[in-house]
Amino acid sequence: MASWFQRLKTGLARTTTRLVDSIGAALGRKRVDAATLDELEEALIAADLGPSVAAKLVAKLRQRKWDGEVEVDTVKRALADDIAAILAPVAVPFAIDPTRRPHVTLVVGVNGSGKTTTIGKFAERLGREGRKVVIAAGDTFRAAAVAQLEIWASRAGAECIRGADGSDPAALAYQALERAQTIGADALLIDTAGRLHNKADLMAELQKLIRVLRKRDASAPHRILLVLDATTGQNAIQQVEIFKQLVEIDGLILTKLDGSARGGVLVAIAERFALPVVAVGVGESADDLAAFDPKQFADALLGVGT
Amino acid sequence: MFENLSQRLGKVFDRLRGRGALSEGDVDEALREVRLALLEADVALSVVKTFIAGVRLRAIGQEVIKSVTPGQMVVKIVHDHLVETLGSTASEINLRAVPPVPILMVGLQGSGKTTTTAKLALRLTQKDRKKVLMASLDTRRPAAQEQLRVLGEQTGVATLEIVAGQGPVDIAHRAMERGRVEGFDVVLLDTAGRLSIDDELMGEAAAIRDATRPAETLLVVDAMTGQDAVTVATNFNEKIGVTGIVMTRVDGDARGGAALSMRAVTGRPIKLIGLGEKVDALDVFHPDRIAGRILGMGDIVGLVEKAAETVEKEEAEKLARKVQKGEFDLDDMASQLRQLRKMGGLGGVMGMLPGIQKVKAQLDSARVDDRVIKRQEAIIGSMTKAERRDVKLLNANRRRRIAAGSGTSVEDVNRLVKQYMEMARMMKQVSKLGQKGLMRTGIANLFRR
Ligand SMILES: Nc1nc2c(ncn2[C@@H]2O[C@H](COP(=O)(O)OP(=O)(O)OP(=O)(O)O)[C@@H](O)[C@H]2O)c(=O)[nH]1
Ligand SMILES: Nc1nc2c(ncn2[C@@H]2O[C@H](COP(=O)(O)OP(=O)(O)OP(=O)(O)O)[C@@H](O)[C@H]2O)c(=O)[nH]1
Ligand SMILES: [Mg+2]
Ligand SMILES: [Mg+2]
Repeated sequence: MASWFQRLKTGLARTTTRLVDSIGAALGRKRVDAATLDELEEALIAADLGPSVAAKLVAKLRQRKWDGEVEVDTVKRALADDIAAILAPVAVPFAIDPTRRPHVTLVVGVNGSGKTTTIGKFAERLGREGRKVVIAAGDTFRAAAVAQLEIWASRAGAECIRGADGSDPAALAYQALERAQTIGADALLIDTAGRLHNKADLMAELQKLIRVLRKRDASAPHRILLVLDATTGQNAIQQVEIFKQLVEIDGLILTKLDGSARGGVLVAIAERFALPVVAVGVGESADDLAAFDPKQFADALLGVGT
Repeated sequence: MFENLSQRLGKVFDRLRGRGALSEGDVDEALREVRLALLEADVALSVVKTFIAGVRLRAIGQEVIKSVTPGQMVVKIVHDHLVETLGSTASEINLRAVPPVPILMVGLQGSGKTTTTAKLALRLTQKDRKKVLMASLDTRRPAAQEQLRVLGEQTGVATLEIVAGQGPVDIAHRAMERGRVEGFDVVLLDTAGRLSIDDELMGEAAAIRDATRPAETLLVVDAMTGQDAVTVATNFNEKIGVTGIVMTRVDGDARGGAALSMRAVTGRPIKLIGLGEKVDALDVFHPDRIAGRILGMGDIVGLVEKAAETVEKEEAEKLARKVQKGEFDLDDMASQLRQLRKMGGLGGVMGMLPGIQKVKAQLDSARVDDRVIKRQEAIIGSMTKAERRDVKLLNANRRRRIAAGSGTSVEDVNRLVKQYMEMARMMKQVSKLGQKGLMRTGIANLFRR
């Protein structure tokens, strides 16, 4: 646990450097006037919060009628608190429900967002907690996607169910669920091929997979997680909207927060969809998965309190 | 939530079109909207500022104020400026070097490097008749080398043997050596994904560059990238030296503002775009096409290409003849509905049509979606052949039967019949007026629930 926290901190610290620089430059002046608030708004935009959310947040700050003597840090603190308050309700750590055996998690998202890696990290973590995990290699399309997942599975000591290349992912998921039930697994994690949300056929394939799973267990999947890449800009909103509309998304994971992108679009997504953020990815190793901490995220975004 | 760039500009320009002459204030008002639209399209803030300043400089002054149609003039200035910033012409991959010509692929994790390597290899093999070798220098991501090997099999392009335990620089040397010995024209070097702020891995990439002296170093980036595009492009360019940019996932619905950002901050051309997961989904970048699409002027070329893929040519021709003769029947309507779905729903194709933004908003408000289309298909599917030919056969009894058969209600059937009549009538008009006529009447009416 301590190591995740540490990694998140260093990840976010790196993430923040540039934003802090720009805000530092903006607010170095010690006095809060219209111009500094404008610059603060721009810094938020540069962190991918999007122009409308940035404008709204700064409008709220402006309303507080700061007098000329207020410390710049106080304003930043207030802004960070506002952002953390938006995010607080969506911070719900991933946990499997022990009354469901196996607890079935389906992982979906656009290409390259980090689905397979995140499943590897989850498997590792569940394994460490002493749970029996089965992984379904539902990406039967991309070259060596199965081989990639199998490596993660063997690292985590999980059983990996695979099918032939190009085979039906729905059938494979069904088979994996059957297997997980047979061996009395605690959790089944289903990987899926990356798909852009605007591809109707691929989205229909996902719907079919869910339908087929339900023939085996009417309550499955118990969690559908959408993986978002922190590098993504405003299109992430579109991704959430359409995935949510077509398959019932229960939670989000934001990956690659260890990079220079700050993932600020998450603020807009939290406001709009109120979907739980169950974890964040802060690197490529098995333990680079952390719980989403809104205060830390917001603080790091603004470079305060660290 | 937010309108897209085309819609926003559309609104602004509609307003501008309504006036005879433009004041400085008008231009500034328009540019405020342009600024917001660009930011929502993920163009980096710093780039937006420069862009706006550039447009303003050109817009205010005689060019606009004294021109006869000021609105059009502003559209043109914004468009031209976009094309200029994106780079006015398509630029090809540089192979002017002593073979084997090394090409280095770099970028963030998951941006599409490995897939693009295979796509480019296939393109160089087929189009340029080059003998290409691919090598994966990715010793970090699980099964990364295996991925490229499989792609080599799929494309029929040679790949370097995988030797366990060898580091990236050594693999690069081995690839170049095999390239020389076996007379390859081009050696494509795929690398592991890396963060642009990861000094250690950026150093590794620089070492690979020094070991191979690539003729091209292509930065592979995702079209969905946000404001970070500037940091990524700047760092990769400064630390490794980028000669060109490849933008992937252009088949998505991201507005692709990152293209503008990266081009602006690095000055490097966008050379190729990825349009899908398959190995042939690669195209050269046409700045004017992208700019036109951004401005809602419609990617006509793209539309035609996409339509050609999905619409069976014969069926299209048959339909055109029928429409002309006024013989459009329910079977034709069903096949139209099918095609709409095949093209990725209304969003996909419609988004590419010129002037479609308004219609699209209408469609959205009419809540037309794939489900509605599917229901309509089901209704038509429950009719007999005779009924599909001649809608007049559909008396109350038959309508009840069809409703039961398709799991809908009689009202649904009635609505569909009404839509069909409307559609047939409009089809007739369209054949007289051409496409513009359809736009004016409003496509939304055709598919209202
Ligand atoms: N730095 C960093 N890299 C990550 C993180 N999560 C995933 N990655 C990397 O991102 C790349 C893509 O990850 P995958 O897990 O293969 O992504 P995917 O969504 O399964 O991709 P497709 O199945 O091809 O759609 C890999 O190189 C991963 O190592 C993260 O949190 N931080
Ligand atoms: N829709 C779409 N998907 C693409 C495109 N290019 C690549 N992909 C997909 O994006 C995902 C990641 O592609 P890769 O080629 O593995 O990416 P990479 O940059 O090599 O990833 P790492 O080596 O992990 O850094 C895969 O699912 C690809 O199929 C594209 O143009 N369109
Ligand atoms: Mg995957
Ligand atoms: Mg790769």
